[in-house]
This record gives sequence, C-alpha cells and structure tokens, in this order.
Amino acid sequence: MLKNKSIVSIEDVDSDDLNDLFDLADSMLKTIEKGGSTDLLNSRIMATLFYEPSTRTRLSFESAMHRLGGSVITVSDVKTSSVAKGETLADTIRMASSYSDIIVIRHPLEGAARLASKFANKPVINAGDGSGQHPTQTILDLYTIKKETGSIDGRVITMVGDLRYGRTIHSLIIALSKYDVRINLVSPQILKLPDYVYTKIGDRSRIKEYDDLSSVIEDTDVLYVTRIQKERFTDQNEYQSVIGSYSVDKELVSKMKQKSIIMHPLPRVDEIRPEVDELPQAKYFKQAYYGVPVRMALIYRILGE
Amino acid sequence: MEKTLRISKIRDGTVIDHVPSGKGIRVIGVLGVHEDVNYTVSVAIHVPSNKMGFKDVIKIENRFLDRNELDMISLIAPNATISIIRNYEISEKFQVDLPSRLVGVIKCKNQNCITNTHEPVESEFEIVSKHPLVIRCVYCERTMGERDIFS
Repeated sequence: MLKNKSIVSIEDVDSDDLNDLFDLADSMLKTIEKGGSTDLLNSRIMATLFYEPSTRTRLSFESAMHRLGGSVITVSDVKTSSVAKGETLADTIRMASSYSDIIVIRHPLEGAARLASKFANKPVINAGDGSGQHPTQTILDLYTIKKETGSIDGRVITMVGDLRYGRTIHSLIIALSKYDVRINLVSPQILKLPDYVYTKIGDRSRIKEYDDLSSVIEDTDVLYVTRIQKERFTDQNEYQSVIGSYSVDKELVSKMKQKSIIMHPLPRVDEIRPEVDELPQAKYFKQAYYGVPVRMALIYRILGE
Repeated sequence: MEKTLRISKIRDGTVIDHVPSGKGIRVIGVLGVHEDVNYTVSVAIHVPSNKMGFKDVIKIENRFLDRNELDMISLIAPNATISIIRNYEISEKFQVDLPSRLVGVIKCKNQNCITNTHEPVESEFEIVSKHPLVIRCVYCERTMGERDIFS
C-alpha cells in the first residue's frame, strides 16, 4: 500500500505495489494516448524542488500531475531561493510541505530525500539524490522491460557504463535482484558497482562482472546503457581515462537478438550513436515516454482515494 | 605459582576487560585519550586469558563512560566487559551491548552524505552485520566496515 507513503528508495515499493503500478500505468497510458486527462487529483498540489539539473524527470513529474488534474508549484532556480541565504534543506522542506500535498525532490547530496521525508508532513518522492537512488526511474525501467519484452523474469540484462555513480543503475539492480533474471555488469575497473549496492542484494550468484561488452552482447535481452557522469568525478583525470569507453553502434546492435531492446535513462552523450535510434531495438525514447504514465500511477496511488 | 597483577587496582574509575587482543589501542583512541589527559590510563596488551586466549585490558582512573562511548567500544569489542570501580570495589559490572541503531556516535564516511552538512540531524546507522562489523547509514545508505569506521 503506497497511500501517503514517501518513496525514497526502491525498497519502499514491494512486488505487489509494482505489479499494481504497472497495471495502473497501462490504463494511464491509454488515457494519454486518447489525448485525455483526468480529474482524479483535482485541487491537489505537487511541489517540485530540483537542486540539480533535470529535463525528463522534472517534465514528466509535472506533466503527470497536470494530467491527473492537479497542479504544480516549483522553485525555478534554487540559487535564487532562500537556499542562497543559507536556509537548511530541513527548513525548506517544512515550508514546502505546508504549501503542498506531495513533494518531489532532486538533490546532489546522498540521503537528502531521506532527510526530507523526516521533516515533511507530506509524502516525499526521491527524484534522484547524488549517486544514491532514483526509485521512480527504476519503476519506469521495470515497466519498460515488461512492456517491451513481455516479461521481466527470464531476461538477461546487461548494464554498461558508469555503474559506480549511476544512481539509476543502483536502484535498478536492487529491484531486479528480486526477479528471476541474469545480470551482466560491464564497466571500466574504476566505475564498477560499489560494495554498498552489493550488500543490499541477497543472491549475488546471478550477477557477473565483465569489462568487455562483446562477450555478452549475443545473449543479452536488455542492454541498459548509461552515461559516464562527469559531474560526479572529483578527479577529472580519472574522467578523461574512461570517457568513450563504450559506444553502441549499428555494428554492435547487429550482433544482438532481433527481439532484444536497448534502454538508456538519458541524457546520452556519445555512448549510443544516433544511427542506432531508428533500429527496432532502440527503446530509450519510449522508455522516457513511459515516465509520464508510470509517475501518474505512482502519484495517484500515494494521493488518490 | 602466585598470580601477580600486571596493572595495579584503581580506586575509582572504569575497567574495560575482554577487549580482543590488539584492539586496546583502538579503544583508547575512540575514548579520546591523548597525551594531555589529566587522569591515569593503563593499557595491558596481549594478556593471557582463559576465555579468549589473549586479551587487552584498559583501566581508566576517575573517568566514567557515557552511552556514546560505550556504543563505540561495542563496535570495536562486542564482548567487552565494563566494571565501574568505586573505592576499590566493583560497584557495577556489565557487558557492552551493540545497539541495533547508532545515533550521533560516528560520522558517515561518505563526504557526499547529507548528514555531513549543516542540516539539523544526527548521523544514524543501522547494524547490517556484527561479525564482520558492517553498518549502514540510514540517510545515504552507504555501508562501512570496521576499517572505514575507525580510520
């Protein structure tokens, strides 16, 4: 049950909740495709606090709330808000929760959303905290896998790129560990999955690490590509040593199964070549599109009747 | 053979016994025992023990430990015994107890954790594993082992 619940980590959403969200997202998707909206959350207000840049996440949350009949208040640039005067996040959250019914927060520091949930008297949704978690991205990633391949169980999922700082990867691996999947992790040595993520996974036997994508590409059902996150590197020399490590091009995709899919949380830089966009395996724009119905389903389950 | 005491009795203070051999120095480190202390601290290292084979023992005169200090000792020496000494007699004796949550005891080692800023919260950790010691920050969810905690 997600009613009035904060979603800080993907572990705040159990398997029953996920299945329910997938079903509800299907019906929200039908509503969107008919060009319609709903008045399910008429007069309810969402506050969005984005302390880090965002395009898709912010737009899809705001679009989802509008399509549910609610409205959105936001701080367009936190640098011009009271934060610039030294206000704590705790105080900002207390204030925002008195003006709204639900708060969506993205913050560069890990644990910020957990802290926000302690000080808010309204539900808080984590829209990404540093290199921590990004649970709503995970829900829409799982939805995309299910929708585009027919099932999550039984799939071979290969994650490639920045497994160290990529928060979508951390949340997704934790969520996938509860399904019957095989996971291949492909990254340069310095961008390997951190130990703290492994400690959250019960059975690690179905996860294998590789440094070469070509050895697993033919077996892969879902290729999940991530951007190397320049902004999280404290040592720019380290960043220079790994940029361009992996690039998905037509030639690589030609080795993939016909029914396999390619996902990416976006934005991309050079890790997927534009020539791949028109191939049937390319599902990353569809994945971003699913962000709205999935977030509609989640917000409705938290705030709805 | 007559048994001799390696460290003499103390009149008032705290005895920390059954510290794993080699961990005594770490215990006095977390208790903030530095060169400018104004009380006597005796540390016996690698003392033969029936129960443990070898152990370390620490005696601190005229000092009594608070909850946070006992929690810190429990992280290093989960089976340590604490004796409170008053007028050469043991007035209280108990084993340290590793709590399920550590609040305000240690800082998160993740520099990017929100608890390392000026926010009005105390650090908070849950115990993931006692042997080996692994704790997890309730906020940023990073885990720390013994080496991270005391480095």
